[in-house]
Amino acid sequence: MSRAGLLGLALVGALVGCAAGNGDPGSPTMAKIRDRGRLVCAVDGAVPGFSTVGPGGAFVGIDADFCRAVAAAVLGDPTKVEFRPVTAGERFVALSSGEVDLLSISSTHTLSRDAPGGNALSFGPVFFYDGQGVMVPKASGIRRLRQLAGKPICVESGTNTELNLADRMRELGVAYQPLRFQSGEQAYPAYEQGRCAAITSDSSLLAAKRSGFKDPAAHGLLPELLSKEPSAKVTVQADPAWADAVRWVSHTLLQAEESGFTQANVEARRAAAKKDTSQAEQRRFLGIEGDFGRQLGLPADFTLQVVKAVGNYGELFERHLGPATPLGLERGLNRLWSRGGLHIAPPFR
Amino acid sequence: MAPVPPADPTPSPLSAAKLPAPKPPWWRDRRVVPWVVQAVVGLLVLLLIAFLLGNLIRNLTAAGLLLSWRWLQQPAGFDISESVIPFNAQLPYWRALAAGLVNTIRAVLVGLVGATLLGTLVGMASFSHNGLLRRLARVYVEVVRNIPLLLQLVFWYFVVFLTLPNGLAAIQLPGVVLAKSGLYIAGFGEGLRWMGPTLVNGVWQAPVRLSVEFGALLTGLIVYSGAFIAEVVRGGIAAVPKGQWEAASSLGLSWFATLRRIVLPQSLRVIVPGLNTQYISLAKNSSLAVAVGYTDLYSVAETTLNQTGRAVEVILVLLAAYLTLDLLISALMNGLNRLVQIRER
Repeated sequence: MSRAGLLGLALVGALVGCAAGNGDPGSPTMAKIRDRGRLVCAVDGAVPGFSTVGPGGAFVGIDADFCRAVAAAVLGDPTKVEFRPVTAGERFVALSSGEVDLLSISSTHTLSRDAPGGNALSFGPVFFYDGQGVMVPKASGIRRLRQLAGKPICVESGTNTELNLADRMRELGVAYQPLRFQSGEQAYPAYEQGRCAAITSDSSLLAAKRSGFKDPAAHGLLPELLSKEPSAKVTVQADPAWADAVRWVSHTLLQAEESGFTQANVEARRAAAKKDTSQAEQRRFLGIEGDFGRQLGLPADFTLQVVKAVGNYGELFERHLGPATPLGLERGLNRLWSRGGLHIAPPFR
Repeated sequence: MAPVPPADPTPSPLSAAKLPAPKPPWWRDRRVVPWVVQAVVGLLVLLLIAFLLGNLIRNLTAAGLLLSWRWLQQPAGFDISESVIPFNAQLPYWRALAAGLVNTIRAVLVGLVGATLLGTLVGMASFSHNGLLRRLARVYVEVVRNIPLLLQLVFWYFVVFLTLPNGLAAIQLPGVVLAKSGLYIAGFGEGLRWMGPTLVNGVWQAPVRLSVEFGALLTGLIVYSGAFIAEVVRGGIAAVPKGQWEAASSLGLSWFATLRRIVLPQSLRVIVPGLNTQYISLAKNSSLAVAVGYTDLYSVAETTLNQTGRAVEVILVLLAAYLTLDLLISALMNGLNRLVQIRER
């Protein structure tokens, strides 16, 4: 081929490339998900309220439902999820190696996990505001962190909790014995059998695990929090278009709560907005106006699919973590910004 | 009809040998073909390696993760409660990995000695005149070697060790205390003063402390490998001709003296190579320590990998460490093997 011909080909290639950049974001992960017809979603699988195997054999919990929300957004069907339980130690490798498409596990957003020179992961918006707590048997009489001097403390290895514990104990100048377990399946039974004087993890996880103990009332959380743990959904940095899609599924759940869309009413509200052209904001959010879905590489009605599949953030919280559940967690920081919490969705425009 | 010229009646074998053999084509030449095959196989192996390496480097570059070892110098940030070499959270990752490696070696060394003793005793017991002892040895071997090691470790840890009493209720003997948190033994403490185990603020303290995690790992490894070693020893003893037993017995030697002085030394030739395999398995199996909360090399590496994100580098370190450990064991055992073989005089 002549040099001019090569040049022409390169030009055409560049033009085609530009066209692709302008329209379909071209996410390799999303292409892969559509090809295989299901989303491969990593969950912990052993934390009540977040993700456990329910009585019917299906995964239940707020993390599991987030997977379903993403499947509903990408494939239009919340059942097309392959859940992959992974341990805290394996989760980032499973994601980086392409074994799973998405981590829906309590993963604290930190600098080194985010940075290109660190784990090079891509974090969505904060999904759950948490803090690291310490659980002790109430009968032990321990009320302050300082009283754990010299005592064994159970911790899951490979977690932020492990590092926070070391930091805080160093600050307090207190010697302690960390007992490092590969997963919660070993750490919590060891604690329950009395091997450790205390166990530390995110407060919500401690509450979740406690709900499965033989005698949940015999264990209490210390008033001190060791850290802030804003946890988010994680994807790889190499596919920014996919990270954006997941991010906006997260925003959809919050915006739906703010606008009052629920699993029960979203279809009816959409039908009403379709007729009433004055509901500009609702029409944009539900994909009646504009092409936000296409810009993200998702179907135009992805927000409808998400809310129809799992409800809004408030509904998710009440269903899996709220006062009516065995966990009995308060919304606290996890309320919407308009109600004194920290959750806010950027405008859908 | 033209007369047929008389054929040479007896062709001399000498002259036939002198005839140059027809040269076969190169693809049927025994001197060429093996070389060609080896070259092709070698090339394929090299291509495969090049492909895998290229793939690794290409993907790592795409992910912005080229091999780097700077993280080794950064502070680890996590604590290790049971370390032979001093360690704290401010020390760098390589010190954490070293502490883990020392913990692994400690478990492997004690495990090797324990499993060899147990295995030899059980192997000898299977030749005992005492039927009960013989059958007990069989039951032990068959039960233990047919249950996965991971299950056995979890059993020892959660069912046996974690049900020990704690605090004041702990099992107390003079100079020794066995509690839920570990085994405490009297020894020389600070300032070379003799110290017994004492209960301070609800926690036992003593100069020598072995955690229940170490205990569970060690018990699991010794009991599991002991069963396999018992079979190796049994095979070795069975390989010694029956005449040796009969000769010893005719000289009036007892069963035990026969075994110790005559049969066992001869059976070593068969036992040592088999032991090598078992020792290497034990060293590798020690990485199951993560299941029972013992901080070994694998456990430290897993945390390091998660905190630094340097998956390939950490796995390389792990591979190199276990490979070196196993090659070392293998080299020592091969040396021992040369010592016990029959030497022609």
